[in-house]
Amino acid sequence: MFTGISAITAYCLDTGTGDTNLTTAIHARNLRKVYPGNPPVEALAGVDLEIGDNEFFTLLGPSGCGKTTMLRLIAGFEHPTGGTLEMFGKDLLDLPPYKRPINTVFQSYALFPHLTVAQNIAFGLEMLGKPKAEIKATVDEMMELVQMTAMADRQTSQISGGQQQRVALARALAPKPRVLLLDEPLSALDFKLRKEMQLELKRLQTETGITFIFVTHDQEEALTMSDRIAVMGGGSIRQIGSPRDIYDRPAERFVADFIGDTNFLPAQIKSVEGDVAQVLLASGKTVTAHLPEGVAREGAVTLAVRPEQASLTTSETGLLSGMIDNIVYFGTDTHVHMTLEDGTTFVLRQQNSADSTLEYEKGDRAAVRFGANVAQVLKD
Amino acid sequence: MADLSTTVAKRASRTRWMLLAPALIILVLAASGPLLITLVYSFLTPGDYGGVVWKFSTDGWFNVFAQRDIFDDTLGWSDAHLSILWRSIKLSLMTTLACLFFGVPTAYFIATRPKQQRDMWMLLIMIPFWTNLLIRTFAILELIRNEGTINTLLLWLGIIDAPIQMLYTEGSILLGMLYVYLPLMVLPVYASMERLDFSLVEAGYDLYATRFQVLRRVIMPLVKPGVIAGSILVFVPSLGAYVTPRVMGGGNQLMLGNLIELQFGQGRNWPLGAALSITLLVIVMVALIFYVRTAGKEDAHHG
Repeated sequence: MFTGISAITAYCLDTGTGDTNLTTAIHARNLRKVYPGNPPVEALAGVDLEIGDNEFFTLLGPSGCGKTTMLRLIAGFEHPTGGTLEMFGKDLLDLPPYKRPINTVFQSYALFPHLTVAQNIAFGLEMLGKPKAEIKATVDEMMELVQMTAMADRQTSQISGGQQQRVALARALAPKPRVLLLDEPLSALDFKLRKEMQLELKRLQTETGITFIFVTHDQEEALTMSDRIAVMGGGSIRQIGSPRDIYDRPAERFVADFIGDTNFLPAQIKSVEGDVAQVLLASGKTVTAHLPEGVAREGAVTLAVRPEQASLTTSETGLLSGMIDNIVYFGTDTHVHMTLEDGTTFVLRQQNSADSTLEYEKGDRAAVRFGANVAQVLKD
Repeated sequence: MADLSTTVAKRASRTRWMLLAPALIILVLAASGPLLITLVYSFLTPGDYGGVVWKFSTDGWFNVFAQRDIFDDTLGWSDAHLSILWRSIKLSLMTTLACLFFGVPTAYFIATRPKQQRDMWMLLIMIPFWTNLLIRTFAILELIRNEGTINTLLLWLGIIDAPIQMLYTEGSILLGMLYVYLPLMVLPVYASMERLDFSLVEAGYDLYATRFQVLRRVIMPLVKPGVIAGSILVFVPSLGAYVTPRVMGGGNQLMLGNLIELQFGQGRNWPLGAALSITLLVIVMVALIFYVRTAGKEDAHHG
């Protein structure tokens, strides 16, 4: 969508942010936010967070997990109940939102309906008191960046949702903030446009070198774009890590459950060696599983296995046997729903290819198999 | 097919006209009718005991702006009428400004309350509006007259030695009109403010606008339609108001409404009263057209 590479590069040079990932852009310590009421609502229950400069950082979680509150605290629209918040080592909490070099792309875009596309993009620069010539140059540059030059004099009500989204982005980028906050900006777009914008946002972030803090409840969006993800739930951060870490090595049941589909299996720990555990399954067979830090090292635990990491086999060679309840065809892959002997349900996902056929049918007895170190022991 | 669609269209338009008919009939009979009669009366001769004599005369219109000196018959401007006209326009403008000054912050306050509380606040604004105009005006009178609540209280507290003359001044008329017309300002302004997307205000702060800049560059342009509607709703009736100026002004601070009333009453000069009414109507229309034009121009500028 943004083919204006030269514009992006020029913009990038202009900001001159040559800093590396080592600098901390945003640093929150024990950040708390309690909304008064009866009973009071604790939106943030002591969050510690360090977001690096030039990072594409995502706050991911279900609605009501505190991710939007976190964003609003950084933007300055709300004041925390406790804790500290710093930006590049300087205290942010004493600054009103209009003095923070941070801009926001709002979920509803919040474009000014009484101003044109160009006037919207110019707003921040005008408020900063930039000279007229500079404002015009930057606005032109921004409109080229988001390919809205032809729409400069349109009212914001006369452009499509995708275009509004790009204007909102251009408006937030125009004042060249150090940190850009994005509050579920893609949620109002249709599927195809959303896919396109995901890639474009990522590219824009890489090339402008601005720290992006992205809020979403869409795990796929988070996995595709982010350098790091913080999974939030119940007002606190449950796990921080790269998309791969989060998906492959969920630290607790909440994370495993929220990100992707997961099968949960009851198990017993037999022995532990470093971060690898020998685990006894309900069927009496033993498998090696990954054991993250801070998880019980003995007794009854829960194992997480991703549907695509398991495969079907005959009862004799499998780890857990059961009955096939349903086989659902999904185009790119097929989902097999099973009930295991101990009554737990299990879902497998097999990729379809032109010559592959599933040799099992609904009602068949079969067994589930997964490799060593694939399963993850969870903190409940 | 074409015939069928035209028949359907015709039938639809007939239904629409039938639905409009009651309102149209009332408008024609109740608005245009009396207006026409007023216009005709303004060109007739006054009867001795009120009413009109069916004889053409332009005296009514002549007397609106001019007067003949009773001693030497020289022609001059009708100073009394012009000063009343000026006072009416001045007081109406001041009432509108006062209503803006008090009404806009009030509307903002209500619009920024939690949703459940807003109705309660609106109710508080509306309750006086449900009471009879005369009763409301006399309530204010009771507060500010020389033996009224405020003066009595101040005397009792020893802050003043003699009662302050508040009643029967332009100030007291302004106070009365402000009290009477304030809800008419609060309502439309509140309506436009309630529709205001608060994330726009946040977007303003986010884009480095201070509180004042957000008010001027974001909130005001967006609530302008409500402010204009409120100003019209206050300015137009206050130009013709006569109950409040009569009670609060005590008869020595005449306004256009009182003057007109006088001509149809003790003055027994119906043609002059009719001519004054039409004059008032023209002033209001000019003011409205001016308002709509400037508002429309601003929109065109943005569009």
